[in-house]
This record gives sequence, structure tokens and C-alpha cells, in this order.
Amino acid sequence: MKARVHVMLKNGVLDPQGEAVRHALGALGFEGVNGVRQGKVIELDLAEGATEADVTAMCEKLLANTVIESYSVELG
Amino acid sequence: MKAAVIVFPGSNCDRDLAVAFEAAGADVQMVWHKDTDLPRDVDIVGVPGGFSFGDYLRCGAIAANSPICHSLKAHTDRGGYAIGICNGFQVLAETGILPGALLRNAGLKYICKTVGLKVETSDSAFTQGYNAGDVINIPIAHHDGNYYADDATIAGLQDQDRIAFTYTDNPNGARADIAGILSENRRVLGMMPHPERAADAGHGGTDGTALFRALMGALAPA
Repeated sequence: MKARVHVMLKNGVLDPQGEAVRHALGALGFEGVNGVRQGKVIELDLAEGATEADVTAMCEKLLANTVIESYSVELG
Repeated sequence: MKAAVIVFPGSNCDRDLAVAFEAAGADVQMVWHKDTDLPRDVDIVGVPGGFSFGDYLRCGAIAANSPICHSLKAHTDRGGYAIGICNGFQVLAETGILPGALLRNAGLKYICKTVGLKVETSDSAFTQGYNAGDVINIPIAHHDGNYYADDATIAGLQDQDRIAFTYTDNPNGARADIAGILSENRRVLGMMPHPERAADAGHGGTDGTALFRALMGALAPA
């Protein structure tokens, strides 16, 4: 079973990398990009029987730092 | 004073920290991250700077889950002393021993230079060798030193006089100019600047020496 975890900085937490990407897009002539937020995707290859609760526990314990990051889990 | 310095794969300030402890008169033992126990009767644990586990996932995240960090957590839960410098601060934040997190520098650049720090409180074993309001010069060397915590946490740190050091000229976007904070019991200090790199005349500055001497004074057996 595969799981895909999306980790993003929480709203309100400054994302300087996203801002740099936004500036770079502007410099390339792409107008109208009002905001860029950069996160990460973590793909997990899990043994059969793993549950969403297992992945949530992994996020809480290691994959995301919930002080600054939010996460979402996609299974399958 | 018995000090232990934790060594992770990728630590690179571990020996500098050990030398600074020794210069202040401490007995120092290095502890490998896979060890499960700290040395007996250790007075203070140093979590050094560097790039533990290559900064993979998040700075300090993998190190915070090393076997030795369970002992470190137990040590601080018992009221033991600890200091985390640079990557060590990131590790202490990731373990939850100290609140908040260290984000990428607002200017996105790795910054390596000596900066001015204002001593915000002399009320701790770490800072009692300074006067509140003193400005000291200590090097920073980090890419992810932008301290972040939510409004309530920052207000709590301020109300409880737990901000140890602030930057006189904020280099990294840290909230409230925070360079270092104390735990609630004031026995754990996390700071991004490197006092162990300003602890010998050969370093070009000795403003960090007072921190290690003060610790020695506070923790040496009477």
C-alpha cells in the first residue's frame, strides 16, 4: 500500500523559499502570481494492513513539525 | 562539573564545545547518539552545532529521535541542565524540550559572521556572568536560525523572562529578534549563536567565556 504525505508550512508562517520562487516567476515575466508556498511530498511504501492512523502517527512523531507545519495524508 | 557532549553523525562543533567546557574546568565526556544512557551524575548535557543527519527532513528532526535524546529528555524532565547551540538548539526544539521551531533564514542565505547579542536576562546559570542589557559579540553560522513560535508562546517567553539573548541587528528574521531562550525552569538554554567559538583569545573574541564560567560556578560542587 502506498501513502502520500503532503507537508506544508502553516498559514501565517513566513515561507521565504516560496517568496523567492514567486519573485523568480515574476522576473521570468509570469504575471499575476500572487503567492507561492513550497512544501514537500513524502511517499511511503507500506506493508499491507497499515492504516491511516498509522500514517498520522508517523506525521505527528516525525514527518511534520506541527509547531510550524500542517500535513495531509492520501492513501492508495 | 561533569559535562557530556552528544555527538551525532554530522555534528561539527562537538569538540569545540568540549574544549570550551574543559577550559571552564569541567570534566567532559563525549556521548555517541546511539548510546542509550548519559554518563552517571552528569551535571550538564551539551547538544552541539553541526548538520546532524545532513539536516534531512528538517534540521534536528532525525537527531531528536536518536536513542540518546530519550535520555536527554529524561534528564531535562528531572530538572537536569542542558545547552543546545545552533543545530543543538534545533534538536532541543524538535524534541519539544524548548518551545518553537527554527525556520529557514528570511533572506534564504547561510550566514556566517559575528553578531551583536543583547543579554536579556542574567537570571540563569548560563547568563549570570553577564548583566542584563550587556551587548556581547558572538559568531553565528546557520541557514535555519529564524526562530518561530506562535504569539501566545512568544508572549509567554517574554512574560516569564525566558528570552536569554536577542540580536541587536536581526540577521535571520527571528520573531522578537530572539537568538536564545530558556526552559520554564531556566535550566535549559537553546541559542543559535556559538559562544564556544568566542571562548579563546585565538578565536578573535572571548565574549562567550563568561557563559561557560558562570555554568561552572553554578554547577561545580560546593
